[in-house]
Amino acid sequence: MCSERQHRRSQLLLCVLSIAAAIWPASAEVDFKGQVFPILERSCLGCHGPDQQLRGLRLDARDSVVGSSAPRSLLVPGSAQDSELYRRIAGLSDGPRMPMGGELADVEIETIRQWIDAGAEWPEGTGAEEVGRHWAFVAPERPLPPGDRSLHPIDAFIRAKLADAGLEPMRQASDATLLRRVSLDLTGLPPTVEELQAFKEDPDYGALVGRLLASPHYGERWGRLWLDAARYADSDGYEKDMPRQVWFYRDWVVDALNRDLPYDRFVVEQIAGDLLPGATQQQMVATGYLRNSMVNEEGGTDPEQFRMEALFDRMDAIGKGILGLTIQCAQCHSHKYDPLTHEQYYSLFAFLNNADEAKVAVYTPEDAQVRQAVLDEIRSIEDELMESNPDWQAQMASWERETRGSQPEWTVLHPEVDDLSTGGQRYLLQSDGSLLAQGYAPTEHVAELTAQTTLPEITAVRLEVLTDPNLPLGGPGRSVYGTGALSEFRVRAAPAGDESSERDIWIRTSSADIDLPERILDPSVFPHKEGSERLTGPIHFAYDDCVDTAWDLFAGHGRSNQPRKAVFVFDKPISHGSGSVLKFFLDQSHGGYDSNVGQNNNLGRIRLSVTAAANPTADPLPARIREIVERGRDDRTPEEDRTVFGYWRTTVPTWSAANERIEQAWSRFPQGNTQLVLKQRSLPRQTHLLRRGDFLEPADEVEPGVPDFLHALEEDGQPPRLAFAEWLVDRDAPTTARAVVNRVWQAYFGTGLVPTPEDFGTQGDLPSHPELLDWLAVELMDNGWSLKHLHRLIVTSDTYQQSSRQTEQARSIDPENRLLSRGPRVRADAEIVRDIALAASGLLSRRVGGPPVHPPAPELLFKPPISFSDKPWPVSTGGDRYRRAVYTFQYISAPYPAFEAFDAPNGATACVRRSRSNTPLQALTTLNEDLFMESARALARRTVSAATSDRDRLDHAFRSCLSRDAQPDEAQLLLELLRKTNEQLAGGLLDPWELTADDSREGPSPNEEAAWTVVTRALINLDETITKQ
Amino acid sequence: MTSPDTANPIARRWFLERCGFGLGTAALAHLFRSEGGAAVRQPHFTPKAKNVIFLFQAGGPSHLELFDYKPALAKFDGTLPPPDLLDGYRAAFIDPNSKLLGPKYKFQKAGQSGFEISELLPHLATVVDDVAFVRSTVTDAFNHAPAQLMMSTGAQQFGRPSMGAWVTYGLGSESEDLPGFIVLNSSDSGPSAGTALWGAGFLPTVYQGVPFRSGGEPVLFLSNPQGVTERVQRDTLEAINGLNRIQFERMGDPEIQTRIRSFELAFRMQSAAPALMDISNEAPETLELYGAEPGKASFANNCLLARRLVEQGVRFVQLYHEAWDHHANLTKGIQQVAKDVDQGSAALIKDLKRRGLRDDTLVLWGGEFGRTPMTQDTNGIGDGRDHHPGAFTTWMAGAGIRRGITLGRTDELGFRTVEDKVHVHDLHATVLHLLGFDHTKLTYRFQGRDFRLTDVSGEVVEKLLV
Repeated sequence: MCSERQHRRSQLLLCVLSIAAAIWPASAEVDFKGQVFPILERSCLGCHGPDQQLRGLRLDARDSVVGSSAPRSLLVPGSAQDSELYRRIAGLSDGPRMPMGGELADVEIETIRQWIDAGAEWPEGTGAEEVGRHWAFVAPERPLPPGDRSLHPIDAFIRAKLADAGLEPMRQASDATLLRRVSLDLTGLPPTVEELQAFKEDPDYGALVGRLLASPHYGERWGRLWLDAARYADSDGYEKDMPRQVWFYRDWVVDALNRDLPYDRFVVEQIAGDLLPGATQQQMVATGYLRNSMVNEEGGTDPEQFRMEALFDRMDAIGKGILGLTIQCAQCHSHKYDPLTHEQYYSLFAFLNNADEAKVAVYTPEDAQVRQAVLDEIRSIEDELMESNPDWQAQMASWERETRGSQPEWTVLHPEVDDLSTGGQRYLLQSDGSLLAQGYAPTEHVAELTAQTTLPEITAVRLEVLTDPNLPLGGPGRSVYGTGALSEFRVRAAPAGDESSERDIWIRTSSADIDLPERILDPSVFPHKEGSERLTGPIHFAYDDCVDTAWDLFAGHGRSNQPRKAVFVFDKPISHGSGSVLKFFLDQSHGGYDSNVGQNNNLGRIRLSVTAAANPTADPLPARIREIVERGRDDRTPEEDRTVFGYWRTTVPTWSAANERIEQAWSRFPQGNTQLVLKQRSLPRQTHLLRRGDFLEPADEVEPGVPDFLHALEEDGQPPRLAFAEWLVDRDAPTTARAVVNRVWQAYFGTGLVPTPEDFGTQGDLPSHPELLDWLAVELMDNGWSLKHLHRLIVTSDTYQQSSRQTEQARSIDPENRLLSRGPRVRADAEIVRDIALAASGLLSRRVGGPPVHPPAPELLFKPPISFSDKPWPVSTGGDRYRRAVYTFQYISAPYPAFEAFDAPNGATACVRRSRSNTPLQALTTLNEDLFMESARALARRTVSAATSDRDRLDHAFRSCLSRDAQPDEAQLLLELLRKTNEQLAGGLLDPWELTADDSREGPSPNEEAAWTVVTRALINLDETITKQ
Repeated sequence: MTSPDTANPIARRWFLERCGFGLGTAALAHLFRSEGGAAVRQPHFTPKAKNVIFLFQAGGPSHLELFDYKPALAKFDGTLPPPDLLDGYRAAFIDPNSKLLGPKYKFQKAGQSGFEISELLPHLATVVDDVAFVRSTVTDAFNHAPAQLMMSTGAQQFGRPSMGAWVTYGLGSESEDLPGFIVLNSSDSGPSAGTALWGAGFLPTVYQGVPFRSGGEPVLFLSNPQGVTERVQRDTLEAINGLNRIQFERMGDPEIQTRIRSFELAFRMQSAAPALMDISNEAPETLELYGAEPGKASFANNCLLARRLVEQGVRFVQLYHEAWDHHANLTKGIQQVAKDVDQGSAALIKDLKRRGLRDDTLVLWGGEFGRTPMTQDTNGIGDGRDHHPGAFTTWMAGAGIRRGITLGRTDELGFRTVEDKVHVHDLHATVLHLLGFDHTKLTYRFQGRDFRLTDVSGEVVEKLLV
């Protein structure tokens, strides 16, 4: 505080000094040691010096101000105007003026300005000698817990700080409180009344913790938090926000945590599971982590733009979720505060830029069994054929000789696509001359392709429909099966340079390597508004002048995803001496009617070729077989031989019975599910630095690499993305273990040891207990990265087990409980709020895993104008209506309202810290929403049948919700509510059937159930019910 | 119901003065911390506007049929545009080198200002002297979802707070019974970018827009469940709050106090919101002015509701009408949408004026982008226009806005902005300015950076201001 006199004096001083400043020549040499450093010492080092480094800034050491550990924009030698240090003290910055609580004198500001303008010389040997790097960029080492060796290490660290603040820890919470707390924390579910009773009888806390950690619900609870960071959703975002199958990834997370997959492996599999030797289906599925990015498939988008957006999103997710670093700023420019440069960002980016966006078939264990049985059966039939025809090798060889070299020469065309004709779908030119359809997939369109050719004569055109890892199930189409249908194929031609004489070209005959029987297009997959029957079948359907019939590529599950081809022979050859302009029209009208939900049956990757050969036909051999056959029999593996056999046998007329049996087996092949995964590209992609993060402004090429302020990357011949994954979880990774330990801590105590879990950089908050953070990080790594070990450690500490009561003293000294002067008391996460109500009522289905479910929700949320378009929401029945919240279908643009109200993230971007609001919308949700009310009714029914006296019933209901006994004053309030309600029921003011929602009006005790419904509803709505305390 | 004494005066003050609508005590503490201890945000200077009504015309209305008459475009109808016009241009759907399409409707001068306005907007024509038209608005994005995000949140990516969230974060709400930021939707389709358009982004969720509906329950879960009478609801709330009070005495956690207040507010909202959304008690003459019909979901009804909400102290009302995406069938389509929107928009200006609300309320009208002068030749009919971020018209009226002016000019084809370019960021800066904020200083620290609505740019458009 400044007294009046002091104030006057400082004013006077200021005045004098200002005059002095005015007469100083601007070019005067500023004496750093004598003039500049004393200002820093006097006014800055209190907060930015050896003891404290607020915002990570340290101003007493050469290295951290003008050297290599200096924040990037702090000082620009030669230009004070561009230096944040000067701008802050001069009040020119957007940020708060420094120093806090009082401005520097003009002359001091002027001195600093001159020093910076003159080049900001900081002579060696001035200030602190050597300053380490930013704390979080140095790998943690295990500190010794302070004080009493007999203390739990966590308590030792916590108590030391408490003692400094003059605070005592709270006593241990009661058994009942502890039971509920640790149950909610480890499994996200409250204890049942039976569990409460059992724990009362045998309060073995250690055994309890062991039981909870072994529960399958542990993975659901902690998996949900990881899913936040993994921005998990069941839809793809943006305008259409179409449903997509990614729940195998969700189940992988839950399962990985349940089997305590070491955290380092947990990370590696999610970044590069596909690249592990002999990668299993589950390890492939794990890469869904990266694929959880949104996709914009509204019409007219540029797929490359949104591929880049997805990559930025992945960088952000890895930064926040794994490294605990905010790196997205460097996507546009070098990081303003942290040392990550623009170039380094794109070097990291390059690790991720070499994968295809694949959608593969995945199988549940049951499906996998069926699938294997089908494949085994086929193999055994083929074995039978081989055994009963010992000379099959010779026969096949002779067939191969005949078929080899039988194909005419085809010239690949390089057509241009009329963008308008594609209805907003983009055809991307590939290096082999094919066009890959990406982006928006219209349900109907007629693609118009124009190609120039100098060939003097053309007899036929070949249309190849090729596979590509970026198509569903690898293609060759874009339908849910990865197949497509061609409704009509038309050709027009003109002599080159004379387009006015363009004419229709008639197709005389056709052939294809797939000619399926005529059948009705499945309306459940490809619905049609008009209801008119649409047919699919053989190749001639593509030029029968009827748009209702189409050439179809769907040959059943398990064998549809392979390249196909068709050859169309012209009525008369096209002969123009100077070459021709050819126009092709590919009518694709066998999708559905609503492209907003992904109904399409489009060809995915097409290539057109022409020939001058007479009467060519489509090669009946699939491309893969043709390739092996043409290579000859000398260097062929047995498995390749088998592959050829698999085709050849179908051409042997006497084997029709066996072939038919194999066809039967194929028909049992399961559809399975799909999952978005990463697949390494066969052709590497060059990464460029993008100026301002704009995909249209690529600059210099960059190679994969890691930033130099973090640890080095070990190169030992692994694929780069796998090496990157291993680098993330290296023992020397300074932030990885700290970040995960911190988030686990945050989940228990409401706030992390570092309150900014997404940012351990220089702009993040400092840890409240740095040694504890490091101790825990090292402890995790030293124990095989076992998260269950970490959980056990935390919940067995006294710190965790304290009562969460707030004393006046604790509240004034430690209002936010950063010192942990009491146990945690926080409102449960959104999903747990719901799960508590369902569990308390007995309605909860405890089934683990499987496809997402659709509990009741207001229909209008999924219809315009709330939703952009109609979104499917088939309300689940039976047990699926009452599944745990983590299984609720999650639309990014239409969040489930009961969860949204309680701050659940929507899955659009990675979230490592939920906000925790407390709003009237939450009150309305727990009071009035359907499932909360159903829970109250169900609990009332159980309560009435559990006991006969009001007091016993109250005990039952109270314990179900709060896992403890009611105190007399509490019981009195609730019994009063019961009495009032009974009175109204008796007076006919209430309809008991309405309250109990008993439409049959036949329940045995309607009034009792109705009155108790009112009471249980109150219980479900208590602050304590939805709080972990 | 009585308010309990509160042990946390900060939380209580927050509720009464700033929020009017629950914020967790812990979140509050975080807010305090993130601002270096400043408890309450104050406007940086005296505000001109207290409330904002944003009539968002989603889909991208064609400025060429509505506000920006181009005789040259009519003249060159059916011809190819000059090649230099398209240098470096990217389009969403069309081959940019498509033929020009003349304006489909006639224009006439209106009001004393003589603003040239389309025959499609006869009602708006009667209030042009109260409006400032900006014919030179530009944006960065040309697909719907990113462009709508740009207009609503100042960024093309998901995850940023919307303008309404920023404004309630800055000014709080004046309503004790209603949220400070309310969203109303009309038309047959929802906006492309969905709930993110009124999201709170990284601001506390308490600032996110709350969608109200003109049909059925105005707010989700507002009505009591089946069988629960108002009396039961009141008895229940008394019991809940009584038990919560006991719990507070035992645990001492101020969050419990906040919970008690949340339940009280919820109870008040249960009666306040339906009353507010019921427009049947408006004078017939007022209903007629808007073309509003009680019980119907329409843009006109929403305009009237917007006025009622502002009257109740709701800070930011955002209407979405997603209907303007005329790639095809422009002639017929735009006529219908203009008809759906024209009368309500004009009536709102008249009604605010006569009720003396005009000086406190800023009305903003516009979509996420404009449309190309070139045709989108779907099905060979050529009656459509593609998305166009390079020039479009928005308008403002009310608090602090000059009346009867036109700002900016496009080239003679309505393709490029050639004078007084107003970027979306500039528009946002201007709105915040009218509300008393320097847009560079209304910031929120997130992930180590001070974020703001206008990102790193934006200039207040002084020429629009009184």
